[in-house]
Amino acid sequence: MDGTADFFRWLAEAHRIDVSIAYDPLDRKRFLIGLWTTIWLSGVCIGSSILVGLIGAWLHGARSAAARGAVQVFVQFFRNTPPLVQLAFFYFAVSAALPPVTDRFGASVPLIDNVGWAIVSFSLFAGAFNVEIFRSGIEAVPRATVEAAESLGYTRLAAYRHVVLPLAFRVCLPALGNNLVNLVKTTTLAYAIGVPELLYAASQVWSEVFNVREMMVVLLLTYVALVAVLVHGLRRWERAMRIPGYSA
Amino acid sequence: MNPGHVLGAPIVVLNRVEKRFGDNPVLRDVSFSVARGECVCVIGPSGSGKSTLLRAINALVPISAGSIAVDGIEVNDPKLDKLALRRRVGIVFQQYNLFPHKTALDNVMMAPIHVLKENPAEVEARARALIAKVRLTGKEAAYPGELSGGQQQRVAIARALAMNPKVMLFDEVTAALDPETKKEVLVTVRELAAEGMTCLLVTHEMGFAREVADHVYFTEDGVIVEHGPPAEFFGSPKQARTRAFLDQVL
Repeated sequence: MDGTADFFRWLAEAHRIDVSIAYDPLDRKRFLIGLWTTIWLSGVCIGSSILVGLIGAWLHGARSAAARGAVQVFVQFFRNTPPLVQLAFFYFAVSAALPPVTDRFGASVPLIDNVGWAIVSFSLFAGAFNVEIFRSGIEAVPRATVEAAESLGYTRLAAYRHVVLPLAFRVCLPALGNNLVNLVKTTTLAYAIGVPELLYAASQVWSEVFNVREMMVVLLLTYVALVAVLVHGLRRWERAMRIPGYSA
Repeated sequence: MNPGHVLGAPIVVLNRVEKRFGDNPVLRDVSFSVARGECVCVIGPSGSGKSTLLRAINALVPISAGSIAVDGIEVNDPKLDKLALRRRVGIVFQQYNLFPHKTALDNVMMAPIHVLKENPAEVEARARALIAKVRLTGKEAAYPGELSGGQQQRVAIARALAMNPKVMLFDEVTAALDPETKKEVLVTVRELAAEGMTCLLVTHEMGFAREVADHVYFTEDGVIVEHGPPAEFFGSPKQARTRAFLDQVL
């Protein structure tokens, strides 16, 4: 570790290539906190956006016209507006409309903090796309297969659980993967409301050390690695779910 | 003919059944009954409402008027207990419609476990016996996509039988198969009929109908044109339309 730090210190002094996070403990800590925040934020948003997608797709198939209409409005709203504007809308407009709460030091703070709004905003944004993705998967399951389940006595819910969703999921995994990759990249927008994720951490470093070029490269390579891990995981999942003799 | 068993009381009774899709009548004033242990074949040109008839018996399509009773359960009733009906009626489709993400054994085991909440170990023993009965021992772990059409259709028959139905409906179960595999499936159906299972088949297999059926119905344009025991029906059809149809297909 010391050898590596020495090398980067030498690189900065001799060649003015200053990767300060490699030798400066404070910068490294900031960067690692940013990395962890991005991973954590992405993980939470992936989980909740899938949940939003499943609920939305389920409601879309409901008998109630009101439920179907509500899903349509939700999807149109979040799909047709820029995520940065959505984030600002939640953080500045919605947050101001909510009653503040008192924290343990007696100070008045917003009900939901910036990290909370980032989670809400990204989950709904990616969730809207997931609704469409799951819906297309569900529609790809042949009506006859569902009928076979019904004729064996399955209720709609049971047929969904045991037949429709397992098949629909396999159909929509590639599209879902694309959307989740986009979601991970979209988390950088949380920079705008001061969430200490990767971009925020990098900007902290470069505004003190003036190593914008180096940190940009580090930032890009970190995202390449992060998304590569996610894509690798999705591929393995896809392979594990493959059915012999069946092409979805 | 099945001289080996005695026919019982009616178990499926259709009375003046009508079905319209919009303004288009598919079934018009159809009445007939199937006795316990009887094997009935329904034949007729495509689009004559045969499949709709079977699907109506299983409440997969609602009828417009009339009454269908299965083992005392009225199907044309808004308060129909669908599970009670579907426990009694097994259906096998032209396109097999197996669950592609499950092995042959799982396909047979699923409904008794999920729907009837039966003990998985007992269901598995029964499922393995059914797989053997349809002559697919060794294929338990195969997925539908790895099986031939005839093999898939026999898994579908085993799947329906696993629910211990009182009536089996067969909707053109050999129409999608080549002549070789057709035979495997027909052998299985013939065995079921010989064991006394009540069977109602919609089929284009005239030879099979002649050999296995206790009674044959000929439908055209949603009405029953003629019916009778196979020897009589195929030997000396009375109606001109029946004769025209038989001349075409035989």
